[in-house]
Amino acid sequence: MFAFIVSRLLQALPVMLVVALISFAMFAYVGDPVAIMLGQDFTEAQREALVRDLGLDQPFFVQFARFVGNAAQGEFGLSYRLSRPVAELIAERAPATLELALCAAAMSLLVGVPMGVFTGLYRRSWLSRFFLTFSLIGVSLPTFLIGILLILIFSVWLGWLPSFGRGEVVQLGWWSTGFLTWGGIKALILPSITLGLFQLTLIMRLVRAEMLEVLRTDYIKFARARGLSDRAVNFGHALKNTLVPVITIAGLQLGAIIAFAIVTETVFQWPGMGLLFIQSVGVADIPVMSAYLLLIALVFVTINLVVDLLYYAVDPRLRVDRGASAGRA
Amino acid sequence: MLAWIRAGALAALTLFATAADAPARTVRWAASGDPNTLDPHSQNVGTVTMVLQQIYEGLVTRNPDLSPAAGLATSWSQEEPTRWRFNLRQGVRFHNGEPFTAEDVVFSFARAQQPTSNFGIFVDTIDRAVAVDERTVDIVTKVPDPILPNKIISVYMMSKPWSEAHNATRPQNTRAREEMHTVRNTNGTGPYRLAAREPDVRTVMARSDAWWGWQGQQQGEQPVGNVTEIVFRPIASDATRIAALLSGEVDFVLDPPLQDLNRLRAASGTKVIEGPEVRTLYIVFDVFRDELLYSDVKGKNPFKDLRVRQALYHAIDIQAIHRTTMRGQSVVTGTLFPEQVNGYAREEDVRLPYDQAKARALLAEAGYPNGFSVALDCSNNRYINDEQICQAISAMWTRVGVRTSLKAQPLAPFFAQIQRDDTSVYMLGWGVPTLDALYSFQSLLASRGSAPGDGIWNFGRYSNLRMDELIARMKTESGPARQAAVREGLHLYREDVPHVPLHHQMIPWAVRANLSIPHAANNQPYFRWAVVN
Repeated sequence: MFAFIVSRLLQALPVMLVVALISFAMFAYVGDPVAIMLGQDFTEAQREALVRDLGLDQPFFVQFARFVGNAAQGEFGLSYRLSRPVAELIAERAPATLELALCAAAMSLLVGVPMGVFTGLYRRSWLSRFFLTFSLIGVSLPTFLIGILLILIFSVWLGWLPSFGRGEVVQLGWWSTGFLTWGGIKALILPSITLGLFQLTLIMRLVRAEMLEVLRTDYIKFARARGLSDRAVNFGHALKNTLVPVITIAGLQLGAIIAFAIVTETVFQWPGMGLLFIQSVGVADIPVMSAYLLLIALVFVTINLVVDLLYYAVDPRLRVDRGASAGRA
Repeated sequence: MLAWIRAGALAALTLFATAADAPARTVRWAASGDPNTLDPHSQNVGTVTMVLQQIYEGLVTRNPDLSPAAGLATSWSQEEPTRWRFNLRQGVRFHNGEPFTAEDVVFSFARAQQPTSNFGIFVDTIDRAVAVDERTVDIVTKVPDPILPNKIISVYMMSKPWSEAHNATRPQNTRAREEMHTVRNTNGTGPYRLAAREPDVRTVMARSDAWWGWQGQQQGEQPVGNVTEIVFRPIASDATRIAALLSGEVDFVLDPPLQDLNRLRAASGTKVIEGPEVRTLYIVFDVFRDELLYSDVKGKNPFKDLRVRQALYHAIDIQAIHRTTMRGQSVVTGTLFPEQVNGYAREEDVRLPYDQAKARALLAEAGYPNGFSVALDCSNNRYINDEQICQAISAMWTRVGVRTSLKAQPLAPFFAQIQRDDTSVYMLGWGVPTLDALYSFQSLLASRGSAPGDGIWNFGRYSNLRMDELIARMKTESGPARQAAVREGLHLYREDVPHVPLHHQMIPWAVRANLSIPHAANNQPYFRWAVVN
């Protein structure tokens, strides 16, 4: 087990390095941060001094090596745009993104699983048909359009929910949370739905397909023959066995939710890491962009590792195989 | 006597009235961008100044029509050609309670002159500021500078003791890995003080009752403002910003998208405040290279031929752009800057008419009967509808035979590219913060490098010795001689056609119906004059 973790961690290192290299190489094309920092009026001497101060006159691989060296120590430098330490900026915005991602993931599970079970059990009911049609909307409409539609309905027409921002937040140490105020919770609703809708429909369709599959199997027929109640059969036997792939997908999707919160955050002016990234792209703020991309790579690598470990724990066959092959060697 | 008493009583009444209903006058203000810093001498961009000018002030400030007004100096005069004298306002205090002194003035000018300041163009002629006594400061210039008071409107006064105490005697520190105190903290003398600042989330400013200017308002010199609190929030998405205005979550939107204006005019709770901006859009030609970088004409540069430039001018149907692309929200022009700028001459604001046949004839005469191909460089997120304007122009040029391919990019790569002179023809928008002709002439039309600041935005590398002479005269002369130089420069600009001027931008503001605020052509809302009912 320990060897397994270590080997996975070692595999993760080159992945992170490649991400760093690719993102760093890309920045040559996003524009010249110096031109933006200097503004409308400057002299050539000012320009040269700034280029030197930022180390942009060094060759590419020197810049890259220095970036990796600093990043390994958690040092990402100063944002060009905001003149503030990048690590601090990201730490300040991470709670917003994580709370939003958590709510979106929770919503997609709490709503998606029951809907999936329902449509699996009552395939011909009109409500199932409605759910399936509705899920098509979730899959096919782009996120920003869903966000704008929700704003139009719930903010402009009905006036129930705020159209932008996090509402009032409470500061708990370095973590800022919107869960503790009514305004903060209201502000979470629309962005969570926007961000989680795709995952919700995905989980619903997955659960439905798995349920249909499992309900056809012999042991379900056998359980019914034993005279077990519908409830015990559907939830105790069928649902439990559909959940393994659901957990895998939901876990992997959590990384996607965090990484692709960018669009939702832009639509709702949600002060998270995605919005920070978009604003940094606009002005070629290289330190923030590279730190963000590295962080997202880290999130994906970590989630993958956790999912692998969960497999290891959940599926006994994996352990047996590994033990057997180790025994043979 | 009676009138005097009545005025006094009225003033007392108004004072009482403002004091009584003070608490509820909050303006919630949204714009697409957040200020990157709160340091007053660091970044010279509109998103920074729009917030800072509520908090900080210069020696000279502006009236609602943007003309210069007495600020922290009550009067000034040019004692000698190279010496301006400023008499300071007495009894002014910074928001932290420190008194405003002549030492602060000397310190602030020195700070704005540092190389890491982006405010160089406003202080480039200044040699030094000298404190004559407690209430008088002299500014000594290297050369005679007739428009110094206009230029220093943008140089805000900081407290010397406060800056020193917080280790912020420099505007930026690009080498350090630490944040400067002035990035998130302020200490000004202006009508509002900073109450809270969360970058990219909100900036709250509270009315400073001690501000000297409120009294002038009560005495009827300027409009009376009643806003006690400003809450600024950046909202990047156009649709969300407008939704927030429609739903009443914000009161003031600085940059509403053009396509929403009609809806905002029609909606019951909102209105649109219309007005021009001091920003002009041009098409700029590379008139320097012997062969264009991005064209199929080899061995020569067609843009060096005046007839080709005139032909492309004639080919642009500016009224169509005004009507369709800009939806009427532009002021068509044939000159370098709009009428708010000192030096504007209506006689020189004349376009070459739209005439496709003339354009084709001129091209044929210049030796291009079958036209040629060229690439037009454009930004797509810097000016209002910039990409659409360029699309329209590309089509119009292609119609007369100049096959134009458009390269539209976000502002970061676009500016990086044109600043390397890596372009054949591009579209540029130019604002004039000093509201004086020299600013545009010097940056856009002077030969590059003849003097500091000359031609730094002249990427077509237009160069005309006569123009350089005129610009040199604008820098030092005053009165009618200077006006004559500006006038001749504008005429030469029309004759030489180094650019095709297009239009001045309009900048409508969208507000809730209960807010009124004078529109400012520099796109800076002055909440000191805003009224909430």
